[in-house]
Amino acid sequence: MPKRDDINSVLVIGSGPIVIGQACEFDYSGTQACRVLREEGVRVILVNSNPATIMTDPDFADATYIEPITAEILETIIAKERPDAILPTLGGQTALNAAIQLHERGILQKYDVELIGASFDAINKGEDRMIFKQLVLDAGADVARSFIARTVEEAVRYAADLGYPLVVRPSFTMGGLGSGFAYTEVELRRIVTDGLHHSPTTEVLLEESILGWKEYELEMMRDTADNTVVVCSIENVDPVGVHTGDSITVAPALTLTDREFQHLRDISIDIIRAVGVDTGGCNIQFAINPADGRVIVIEMNPRVSRSSALASKATGFPIAKIAAKLAIGYRLDEIPNDITGVTPASFEPTLDYVVVKVPRFAFEKFPAADQRLTTTMKSVGEAMAIGRSFASALQKALRSLEKRGSSFHWGTETRTVDEMLAVAEIPTDGRIVTVQQALRRGATIDQVFAATKIDPWFLDQIVLINEIAEQVKAADRLDRDVMILAKDHGFSDAQIGELRGFGEADVRTVRHILGVRPVFKTVDTCAGEFPALTPYHYSSYDDETEVVASDRRKVVILGSGPNRIGQGVEFDYSCVHASFALSEAGYETIMINCNPETVSTDYDTSDRLYFEPLTLEDVLEVIYAESQSGELVGVVVQLGGQTALGLARGLEAAGIPILGTTPDAIDLAEERGLFSKILDNAGLLAPRNGTAIDFGGAVVVAEEIGYPVLVRPSYVLGGRGMEIVYDSPSLADYFTRMAGQGIIGAGHPLLVDRFLDDAIEIDVDAIYDGHELYIGGVMEHIEEAGIHSGDSSCTLPPVTLGRAEIDRVREATLGIARGIGVKGLLNVQFAIGAGVLYVLEANPRASRTVPFVAKALGITLAKAAALIMVGTTIAQLKADGKLPLIDGSRVPIESPVAVKEAVLPFNRFRTPEGLVVDSILGPEMRSTGEVMGIDRDFPRAFAKSQLAAYGGIPLSGTVFVSVSDRDKRAIILPMLRLQQLGYEITATIGTAEVLQRNGIRARVVTKFSEKKGEDDTSIVELIRREEIQIVINTPGGSTARADGYEIRAAAVAGDLPLFTTIAELSAAVASIDSIRDGFEVTSLQEYATARTALL
Amino acid sequence: MPDSTAPDQAEAIQAVPTDASPTDAVASAAGVSPKRSSTFSVTDRPGPAVLVLEDGRRFVGRRYGSEGQTLGEIVFATGMTGYQETLSDPSYAGQIVLMTAPHIGNTGMNDEDMESRQIWVAGFIVREPARIASNHRATRTLDDDLEANGVVGISGIDTRAITRHIRSKGAMKSGIFSGDLFGLSDSEQLERVLSGAAMRGRNLSFEVSTVEPFSIPAQGERIGSVAVLDLGVKTSTLTYLAERGFEVLVLPQSVTAEHVLSLKPSALFFSNGPGDPAASDAHVTLLQEVLRAGIPYFGICFGNQLLGRALGFRTYKLPFGHRGINQPVLDKTTGRVEITSQNHGFAVDMPIEGVHDSRAGFGRVEVSHYSLNDQVVEGIRCLDINAFSVQYHPEAASGPHDANHLFDRFRDVVLASQRGTAGETK
Repeated sequence: MPKRDDINSVLVIGSGPIVIGQACEFDYSGTQACRVLREEGVRVILVNSNPATIMTDPDFADATYIEPITAEILETIIAKERPDAILPTLGGQTALNAAIQLHERGILQKYDVELIGASFDAINKGEDRMIFKQLVLDAGADVARSFIARTVEEAVRYAADLGYPLVVRPSFTMGGLGSGFAYTEVELRRIVTDGLHHSPTTEVLLEESILGWKEYELEMMRDTADNTVVVCSIENVDPVGVHTGDSITVAPALTLTDREFQHLRDISIDIIRAVGVDTGGCNIQFAINPADGRVIVIEMNPRVSRSSALASKATGFPIAKIAAKLAIGYRLDEIPNDITGVTPASFEPTLDYVVVKVPRFAFEKFPAADQRLTTTMKSVGEAMAIGRSFASALQKALRSLEKRGSSFHWGTETRTVDEMLAVAEIPTDGRIVTVQQALRRGATIDQVFAATKIDPWFLDQIVLINEIAEQVKAADRLDRDVMILAKDHGFSDAQIGELRGFGEADVRTVRHILGVRPVFKTVDTCAGEFPALTPYHYSSYDDETEVVASDRRKVVILGSGPNRIGQGVEFDYSCVHASFALSEAGYETIMINCNPETVSTDYDTSDRLYFEPLTLEDVLEVIYAESQSGELVGVVVQLGGQTALGLARGLEAAGIPILGTTPDAIDLAEERGLFSKILDNAGLLAPRNGTAIDFGGAVVVAEEIGYPVLVRPSYVLGGRGMEIVYDSPSLADYFTRMAGQGIIGAGHPLLVDRFLDDAIEIDVDAIYDGHELYIGGVMEHIEEAGIHSGDSSCTLPPVTLGRAEIDRVREATLGIARGIGVKGLLNVQFAIGAGVLYVLEANPRASRTVPFVAKALGITLAKAAALIMVGTTIAQLKADGKLPLIDGSRVPIESPVAVKEAVLPFNRFRTPEGLVVDSILGPEMRSTGEVMGIDRDFPRAFAKSQLAAYGGIPLSGTVFVSVSDRDKRAIILPMLRLQQLGYEITATIGTAEVLQRNGIRARVVTKFSEKKGEDDTSIVELIRREEIQIVINTPGGSTARADGYEIRAAAVAGDLPLFTTIAELSAAVASIDSIRDGFEVTSLQEYATARTALL
Repeated sequence: MPDSTAPDQAEAIQAVPTDASPTDAVASAAGVSPKRSSTFSVTDRPGPAVLVLEDGRRFVGRRYGSEGQTLGEIVFATGMTGYQETLSDPSYAGQIVLMTAPHIGNTGMNDEDMESRQIWVAGFIVREPARIASNHRATRTLDDDLEANGVVGISGIDTRAITRHIRSKGAMKSGIFSGDLFGLSDSEQLERVLSGAAMRGRNLSFEVSTVEPFSIPAQGERIGSVAVLDLGVKTSTLTYLAERGFEVLVLPQSVTAEHVLSLKPSALFFSNGPGDPAASDAHVTLLQEVLRAGIPYFGICFGNQLLGRALGFRTYKLPFGHRGINQPVLDKTTGRVEITSQNHGFAVDMPIEGVHDSRAGFGRVEVSHYSLNDQVVEGIRCLDINAFSVQYHPEAASGPHDANHLFDRFRDVVLASQRGTAGETK
């Protein structure tokens, strides 16, 4: 059937903020869907609360709503826009759950709007575990034995039957949230309690353990004519027990016979038919017992998933794009395969290479968290690599992680084989390197298999890598044969250097003299059977290169690599925008990146895509290949975060032109002494500061500049190890905790800054062309200084800064831009304390807030910066209409206010004892994503941001408050207002006394630490019993620390709104009043029209 | 017999020792070090080998499988699973098969997945041979079997470059040389390659067919017998026919029509097999005679080409053929797409639209299936007699089972004809 003619407008639901388990892969899929639908002439209405995404670019939809994804807001949008259909299958579990709610509340029926992509019935069959189980059994396939439990006691009874260990899985959650293995009854009780809470249906599934089985996934697509194809098979190197998102995975499956693979395919087709996914994609997960081949169906997702994004990048088959076309009625055989141009999409991609995906974790941000990998996903990002063999793809993927120790090495290993086997038995981040070391030290494949259940074939490949390493080490000369052998197995120049005892650069020189360079092959969906039109390349040490010569002017854009806390989708947004802008300006754009979740690694974002690690070696080789034809204008390094910026020096040394701000200028901003000079010249102040390399030195510096001080190691990212220290004992404690991590010492001193208590922090994004400064936005943080800018909420325009202050900020930014010699983007952080403007830091690169500025004010800084880097001026950009005539430092009073709020992953992590990790905000960034609320004034916008981030502020109920002494004055007014608004107030004794003396009634509750016996009810029990709806707790001195932790942990476990700063509390109180009558919604396009009218 | 017994050709085919017994390989492999190959230790890497193409292109890699020389038509197969089925598929006789999937041999070899009694390929090209076999069913490694079957192969070369070369230049003569023969001069090696027979005009049926007839009992309720002309039949085909209630009578390719008719089969089936259909006149004649006797017919692959010829259509050689398990075919009867397993270098020349008259007098004929990739005929259907065939492999092995229902279709045609309801083979 061709395209349906009854669908003229579609509401696409996005996936909201980036959280663990639901990252920017849904930006990729949603962006593809929006593009396709618009190409088909469908009016696209998009809702997503995440401003950092490409999909929320106003260019990708006809009406873009950056609004919370709740049933109420969706209903408001539906009532306003009256779409013919809703497409919920490309926005992850968030969109699917929203669609279910719309169905259940009768909203779909009320507005006569149809779900496309998957019907309610199909969603339900795929997601409801009991229905799904029956359907699998009816298809003649097997499932793990299981029971549904609705209470903890029920679960304990069933467990007696199933035996321990067993698996607990809550219904309707994503990323395995709340699921886990229970080895004992105590663990079972904890996991079930948690799981019941997270499941919207208060159900958990208890399942027999299939721990250690081989795990596979099949990505499927089906159309209305029942044509079904398997797009990709994915095999997990880490067997069952580790969430797929946390596993090293490989595509295609490498250890299945055809008979076994076809059996999985048959089951998958039967299931997708039975579930009734008939216009889109789904994925199905299997476990296979390695001993006898017994197959068990684990689960299915009746939607595009994280694995779909991986499968799309791995095969070149654009699953989301095709899913969107199927949803509006096309059949697979009516859709052409973009890559060949001549064959249809109704085929199954075949690969002549191997794809390896490795997860990237952020445990260093949560030192208290249990680092064991389980069925709850904990990784924050991933890197993918393509190679002509598993060995080369694996080694490329590991180095793509850009993390020390993540690659195989052959240096000193002091652990014994037995020790290493014991470590490897428990899956953790970096287990693969332990396995490699154990094998290198003589562990047999059988031993390692017994410990890890990693398939022997994969283990043998690691043995092969070790053997090659030994050969490289033992060779008389590093000759051409040895070099090719090593490179063919994925060894980096650095690894070869390590083995031969000399530097990476020397290896590279030798290699080039020997004429050993990679060629670039093409991802073409068909193993070379048909010519490929799309230049989607990966390197290999083979004979023939497929890079087509071009005589155009080329710009290389370096992406930002795997997502991590502090460097996520925001940077991809900037890279993609640069690519679009440069392409429009006539340049041939060449993207290098290794993150499969992103839009930048979509084969039609740039003119050419190289899926390669972002290391100097790999980037240089791409540039060399591209330099063989045309003119390389230069490389853009300032948009891909620290990853790309970190390569600037090396590229420059290799004679590669860097576009925009020079590496020398970048150093001016990074190097403390040089930067102070710039500030002095511009007449600007930094907080008093000094450096120290040990505790003794640090105390002297701290006492001289005065406590509190902000301490941070140099050369770290995302505020790693950054803390506010109030006194010398705390400083000693800090040194104790940092000891042994090797991050403070001679050569990398500790930076000690005076901490500005009660200061307002300001973030500025700007561009500078050498003559003119253009402010993108001045963002005012809601929390006081001291909380990492990535974790704090902020407003745009600033809501409490006066014109004079903004002018000072503007002048200061200009001084810094000039002093550094910026050409392109600049982000500066300021603090205003006691009327004095301090400069905290400046980064001559894209910041996390660039997309927020674009969404809030319609100023697309990344595009402008890219053009400035190739020589355009701000004046020209204004003349061409590419920048508004008035910059972001002057926002008309009629403009809306946008609030950015961070989303934190605390509920993902547990300590080894099963407790929630501490959720207090600080100078070290720990948020994974962000949302934006936009409305006519700050209170409304703030309310929306809270609603989008965690479900919003309850409009009635009991507020618990316990604050440190220094905050007690500040809470009086907000608490009074809360009481007037009808909230009950509960407080710990100290806080309660202050409130009561100020005429605010507060019920006193026992602190957790003062609990007298089992019968006494402390605040923690009240929270657990759901008798508290809002928690206000600011961290105080060390005596209160333990209590504060217990309170915050309980609040996080209960998903309650938790305010740990007075500023946020005040904002929340202001917002409650404004939202009693519900929300209004306005699209970005409507805001843009209003903005134009104002100018 | 066609002229396919040139000395070098015979040598190529006889690279497979006639007395090879897979069971010997099992015994020897199982006795020593099960599932681990000693051939591929890094420190003791196999010696060099070279692949030479008829246009002079040379690719130097490492010896794989047996040492020596082999000649044959080079083709590439794009399946990511199923090397064991591919190797034991008689249709690959006389061909040097390049696997586009880089890792081959990972799951070793087992006894259940052999599609015939031995490995048939003339040579084998793999980028990354497995060093161990990892699968609960594996009884031996792939290189055990390659060596036991005397298959000369090559590994460690840029298989994608070769694939692209064949894609643009077409399937061609080729040879692999290792051991002492690696040292022959380039021109001597090229001369040997050129002296090999081309696939065009070549009849290979006698090489692969069973010598003695044998039968397989029907499974479940017997609905009749099917005479199977073994042109290179695969085990799975026979199994699926027996599962549909046919007593399966497997006949050597040299039988006469009289003999077939004397067996009074309920139906006739022509299998897949190697070689140029244009060189199989005897089989075409046999088919015509049996069709005239009103016996229902189903053909697969070579059997499709022979039906095309029997009906009076021409066959032609494709540039590089279809060899993979991901090939989309449109079934015009149902309007649905099947993902099929294919292995063919020749095709029937017939317009894919419309109804045509059989020049051989079998009435109206139409194309029932065609390839969505390149519109090549993938199935034909007679409208006035009970005969149909497909170019692809409903028995899969390796490959998806999407088209397995064709065996049901065949059973239904036979049952209908037994009830006397002549006519369309729906």
